[in-house]
Amino acid sequence: MPAFLDDFLFSYQSLIYALGINGLLALSMYVVLAIGQLSLGQAAFMGLGAYTSALLTLKLGTPFPLVLATSMAVPALAALIIGAPTLRLSGVYLALATIGLGEVLRIAFVNSELTGGALGLSGIPEKAGYGIIFGSLVLALIAFVLISRSRIGRAMEAMREDEVAAGMLGVHLPRYRISALVVSAMLAGLAGAFNAHVSSFISPNDYGFDAAVTILSYALLGGIGSPFGPVVGAIILTLLPEVLRPLHDFRLVFNGLIIVIAVLFMPHGLVPWRIRRSGARA
Amino acid sequence: MLAQQLVNGIISGATYALFALGFTLMFGVLNVVNLTYGVYFSTGALIALYATRHFAASILLTLPLAAVATGLIAVVIDGLLLTPLRRKKAPELASLMVTLGATLLLYSLMTAFIGTDIQRFPPAAINPSAIEIGSVRISRSQMLIVGTAFAMVALLLALMRGTRLGLAIRALAENPDVARLMGVDVTLVTFFVSFVSGTLGATAGILIGLNYNAIQPYMGEAMMLKGFAVIIIGGLGDIRGALIAGLILGLLEGLTAGYVASTLKDAVGFLLLVLTLWFRPVGLFGHAAAKRA
Repeated sequence: MPAFLDDFLFSYQSLIYALGINGLLALSMYVVLAIGQLSLGQAAFMGLGAYTSALLTLKLGTPFPLVLATSMAVPALAALIIGAPTLRLSGVYLALATIGLGEVLRIAFVNSELTGGALGLSGIPEKAGYGIIFGSLVLALIAFVLISRSRIGRAMEAMREDEVAAGMLGVHLPRYRISALVVSAMLAGLAGAFNAHVSSFISPNDYGFDAAVTILSYALLGGIGSPFGPVVGAIILTLLPEVLRPLHDFRLVFNGLIIVIAVLFMPHGLVPWRIRRSGARA
Repeated sequence: MLAQQLVNGIISGATYALFALGFTLMFGVLNVVNLTYGVYFSTGALIALYATRHFAASILLTLPLAAVATGLIAVVIDGLLLTPLRRKKAPELASLMVTLGATLLLYSLMTAFIGTDIQRFPPAAINPSAIEIGSVRISRSQMLIVGTAFAMVALLLALMRGTRLGLAIRALAENPDVARLMGVDVTLVTFFVSFVSGTLGATAGILIGLNYNAIQPYMGEAMMLKGFAVIIIGGLGDIRGALIAGLILGLLEGLTAGYVASTLKDAVGFLLLVLTLWFRPVGLFGHAAAKRA
């Protein structure tokens, strides 16, 4: 590796990791938004993944692949518990229940001795690297592109446009809803495990309300027409505060503003193109 | 011990009910989930705090002032964010997302200017005396809480049931298009409902701020968790449900803090929320309705 590249990777290491992790989070948001639902529990799922993985590594010395699998399974279970009863209700219920999950988990992390209370957990070994983080991101992107081109992708798009009509045309709405939520929780959990294993330190505040809204802003800035939109959104919103220093202090204000502007004035986001389904003629 | 826990429970339950009332009113009448509602809770408390400090005025004067000011803020926010969405007939979730963004924006602006340190009312504003009935102690601020909560609820119910404006509000809740055809000025009634909701949220914030005497910008966020729990347990958009669910939540929290563990207190609401979703998603008094195109 040339020396300058080595230097570059060294000095911007945490930023580059953040790009990959936030990209995964943006995709986890995308899966749910793509079927016209809204989960505000992405930060909570991420936190569950981060804490599960950190505890397994620190207390039990579990092998890393098993740690990653568990940190995807635990948020998936949480998603089932709070998601399953909302499947037949309006989307508002899922959104409210998932914000509630975030708030209650933060309280749990702060009050539990096992999770180190408000101070969090530190000394987590650096086990994740560029390969596995960006490998997962690329794999997830490829999977979503393939899904968008398939029958499943068309059903998802139909749900987003008009749920009642999609249901009438034979789309099994509850099955799609729960699958999307579980996949989304798993991706967020994975991102959380990576986050814990590159930053060596995690605390309850990393996974609170601010984080939940920020993840939504990635997806809405990029647009949810294709899986590339949210990733582009995540890259822009991760890099921008680094490039424009004055923005750094107001980055939460900015992220909030992005959502407001996106919903009111640019509902298709920055990357409005859709993925053409397989077999479609031009 | 039990009596004191029950009284404490009723007092916090009264504020939860008051808080949830404005939230459920917005959902029931305006058909939007307005998450900036938690911000009104904080704003109300902060305005009351600064007014009390700055003018050395009595809380009896600054409370209504701050509530009305917050009500006006709520009208502005509704006009800027939600009226355009309503005009476009955007889906419910759009209102949730836009107000979520606005909530983060407002909270972080507030913290940028005044920080997250806990602020307190000047000692003179709070009368420390309390009355004792047997072994039960009730402070002046707690009496103010219960009194104000009851007065606001009674006023709201009288407004909704007994006036032409209340009739217009109920018509709007039923069907905005038909209400317009019947001569209801939908824009004006919408703003009025936002104003009332903002006032209710702010009043709850001021009362809780007085009770615990700890005020900071993010206080509304923790309260939103209770708000969600109360409106889901009571049934979305159901005023009577919100009142009763608020009191139930307050009582159960009081009992949990007294007999189980005070750290678990804040998890009670979420537990009830999840149980409601599993076993009675329409809420206490709701009845199922099919979703139509």
